[in-house]
Amino acid sequence: MKKIGFLVASLVASLFASTAFADVAVKLGVLNDRSGVYSDLAGEGSVVAAQMAVEDYKAADKGITVEIISADHQNKPDIASNIARQWYDQDGVDAILDVPTSSAALAVAEITREKNKIFLNSGGGTSDLTGKACSPNTVHWTYDSWQLAHGTASAVVANGGKKWFFVTADYAFGQAMERDATEVVKEGGGEVVGSIRHPFPGTDFSSYLLQAQSSGAQVVAFANAGGDTINSVKQASEFGLAQSGQQLAGLLVFANDVHSLGLQTAQGLMLTESFYWDLNDQTREWSARFEEKMNKKPSMVQAGVYASVLHYLKAVEALGDKDATKVMAKMKETPTDDILFGKGMIRADGRKIHQSYLFQVKKPEESKGEWDLYNLVSTIPAEQSFRPLDKGGCSLIK
Amino acid sequence: MIELLGIPPQALFGQLLLGLINGAFYAILSLGLAIIFGLLNIINFAHGAQYMLGALASWVLLNYFGVNYWWALLLAPIGVGILGVILERLLISRLYHLDHLYGLLLTFGLALIIQGLARNQYGISGLPYTIPSQLAGGQNLGFMFLPNYRGWVVVASLAVCLTTWFVIEKTRLGAYLRAATENPTLVGAFGINVPRMITLTYGFGVALAAFAGVLAAPIYSVNPNMGADLIIVVFAVVVIGGMGSILGSIVTGFGLGIIEGLMRVFYPEASSVVIFVIMAIVLLVKPAGLFGRTA
Repeated sequence: MKKIGFLVASLVASLFASTAFADVAVKLGVLNDRSGVYSDLAGEGSVVAAQMAVEDYKAADKGITVEIISADHQNKPDIASNIARQWYDQDGVDAILDVPTSSAALAVAEITREKNKIFLNSGGGTSDLTGKACSPNTVHWTYDSWQLAHGTASAVVANGGKKWFFVTADYAFGQAMERDATEVVKEGGGEVVGSIRHPFPGTDFSSYLLQAQSSGAQVVAFANAGGDTINSVKQASEFGLAQSGQQLAGLLVFANDVHSLGLQTAQGLMLTESFYWDLNDQTREWSARFEEKMNKKPSMVQAGVYASVLHYLKAVEALGDKDATKVMAKMKETPTDDILFGKGMIRADGRKIHQSYLFQVKKPEESKGEWDLYNLVSTIPAEQSFRPLDKGGCSLIK
Repeated sequence: MIELLGIPPQALFGQLLLGLINGAFYAILSLGLAIIFGLLNIINFAHGAQYMLGALASWVLLNYFGVNYWWALLLAPIGVGILGVILERLLISRLYHLDHLYGLLLTFGLALIIQGLARNQYGISGLPYTIPSQLAGGQNLGFMFLPNYRGWVVVASLAVCLTTWFVIEKTRLGAYLRAATENPTLVGAFGINVPRMITLTYGFGVALAAFAGVLAAPIYSVNPNMGADLIIVVFAVVVIGGMGSILGSIVTGFGLGIIEGLMRVFYPEASSVVIFVIMAIVLLVKPAGLFGRTA
């Protein structure tokens, strides 16, 4: 009797182990800017977000051992490529996370495809990652240039802003942004009355703003990023563009940019994001935990790293395996659902689909705290947020 | 409408004025560099970091101590200047007998350390600093809207530049300084404490950088890299004006600001390059710079 009891117990135990215990070890590499212009919106915060995902998922209890490493690509594609190769070839990394700066992201996507690993991009902006340069090994999680241009520009055009002036950073990202937004403006019956291409990076934008001011445009749009956007908006406020009746539109603005500008300067600015800490109870709770570790609110890029790691771990657990081809297939067939981005999916071209939000920066008197920055203007449904599947020119789509 | 060089004259006046304002920053920064190089023979690569410290100090003063912009304009340069004096005594003074290159390497390293520490503490996105209420708003000049603050920048920097020029070129103190540049041993023999004078000069040059930083805080992004972006252009200005020439650095600072401003209207893509093109031409034609003396 005693013997049988023991047998049953060990049978049950082994059953339990084979179903709930995946017993896989994965290694994730967070590759981003840890010292330069994007180190606040990605940087160490993205590493912390990835660790939070592993803890929240209770990966260890489910038999998945996760090791997270990180490196600084200094926003340079060549450095990013070297690190990616070393991680895949020598260090046994299974997936690379984050990678802001479009040119670096494109380089890492190429290497990931060659090595048949997994690339979960959150920080990169170019919509080419799921367009011309799409890859079966890439998931582009958080945002892209098409989404931001369409979210902001179509709302502003619909509100009656028909005459546009672009202040554009003179490199691939700025030009793509201007191109995408111009398309939206023309579709909405508006016109572009002028544009200026400024060297990247710039410090003084007053000359361009003066030209924008005298152009008769209703909307002055900034197709630049980071410090350039901060300087543009700061000086637009100084030159009184808003007081003279011009609407400002930022095509790529992160919450930490607005925090840096201060509401006095940034008020009224329209912008699109995929995530904001103050959307609902869940995002607030998660952001508060993030803030405990980082002393600031998370950016949408960091939120994207968290959510993409969760989804990856789900696929690994379901399969009990970390084979890249199988995991990618599983990730694409399983609908996504997390506390930060809500319900969504990963499309065949690698584009993660979710809602986006059109925000307007609050007036100082409306704000209740240091990070209380935005008013929600509208929510753009998931199916309208991103470029239609057949329009990107991705070779995976037949 | 009458057009001048393809654009309406009103627009052109506006751009000239803006160029002058940007030139004001180049002038103060290059003046500090010129003084330091003229007297210490040190190429002060930490100048950009010291400019950033000035802006950062005004933010710290406002947010932690409630000190307003006007006091910051006085206190930040003094504080950063004292820091400069300490650096000079501790480190830079040990390099005077060595080649220029050592001073350059040391100050470049210091700049990296200062920027790294600031980045670690305050992040990279920058800190908000608003225009003081007395200077908010602007004037409609007919041909352009001139923010009051920009007007103040030109006035303040012109006043500082001209005062500095006057002190160095026209007063007894300035005469000692210039004499010490030529022959420190002889000046020392007259009972003047040359090492102390050199230390204070370095402190003053650094304070000028910090002063420019405070002026910049309300209109440019206050972040740890703000000086690194600017300092390369300022070095080009100093080279064009002639290394160590006081008047040269002031005149070329304002002049190049105007040229850069015009470039932003006619061909903005080239506006960040134009100063370096001019530098190349000047070096070919007059290697000592426009106002420099050939040794």
